[in-house]
Amino acid sequence: MKRRKVKFLAVVFAVLLISGCATTAEEHILDLNENQLKLRSVQTRAFDTGNKEKMMRSIMATLQDLDFVITKADYDLGIVTATKFSNNQVLKMTVIVREKDKSQLLVRANAQYGIKAINSPEAYQDFFDALSKSVFLTAQQID
Amino acid sequence: MGGLSILIAGCVTSSPSALRPAEGNLQARQIEMRQFDTKDELKVLSATAGVLQDMGFTLSEVEKKLGLTVGSKERDPTIPGQVAMAAFIDILGAAGGSSSNAMSQIDAVQTILVSCVTRLNLEGNQVAVRVTFQRVIFNRMNQVSRLETVKDPKIYEGFFDKLSKSIFLEADKI
Repeated sequence: MKRRKVKFLAVVFAVLLISGCATTAEEHILDLNENQLKLRSVQTRAFDTGNKEKMMRSIMATLQDLDFVITKADYDLGIVTATKFSNNQVLKMTVIVREKDKSQLLVRANAQYGIKAINSPEAYQDFFDALSKSVFLTAQQID
Repeated sequence: MGGLSILIAGCVTSSPSALRPAEGNLQARQIEMRQFDTKDELKVLSATAGVLQDMGFTLSEVEKKLGLTVGSKERDPTIPGQVAMAAFIDILGAAGGSSSNAMSQIDAVQTILVSCVTRLNLEGNQVAVRVTFQRVIFNRMNQVSRLETVKDPKIYEGFFDKLSKSIFLEADKI
């Protein structure tokens, strides 16, 4: 009897192990969860400039520095999309620039690596570090 | 407790350091970028589109306000030796009584993507052009067999040679 119980528990545990992370496939369509607000702050930065064109061109230059190929850009909508191949996986990224007010721009980035969304704050921090350097570089025009 | 940590760790997605500038990215920039002595960014952009068309690319995206041109083309990626080798493996497999399917693993199509960004410098007297090429290679089963960013400096040199000629010619016309 005790053995049966142990066996049962082992099976339950194995099922949990396998299905522990499984969300239904449809859930990924909207990916709505409580982390969304947190994710937004991880993916967004404000910059003290009203020059949208310069910001967008800096974003494109930064993405190119990071080995991305720019696949789409639209000034009016403030959208830049880029793709990078790394370790035989596709890394896709979209960056959107919006005017917060006359003197500030909001930049939001999101990325996916293979079939996974990138959610780690460090990754986005890396990107924004590179971007701020580029905005600075542009001002200084070091070539 | 150990089981619990596996349960939790299973959900953590590993984040690639892919958004950090790689070492040697300055060198890559040197290979992929050239500057032209002109104030007319639009002229450079249109010369770029012309050169890409000369190379057989179809342009899929252009944004002149930001100086972007994107194009692609599909070409045959087969390396002669690869077919012979695959056939040899299949024949060997058949002779040995097993069915191997090396022929279907042969590269069948490569899609070449190009993205080109122009930018006027701060002084407003030079236009920088940065171009990048990527290749996606599919095998005969229509599976992606390789993804790569083209790094060969010769290819970039070839592109810029044509581009400078084109910009020069267009300038010459005036």
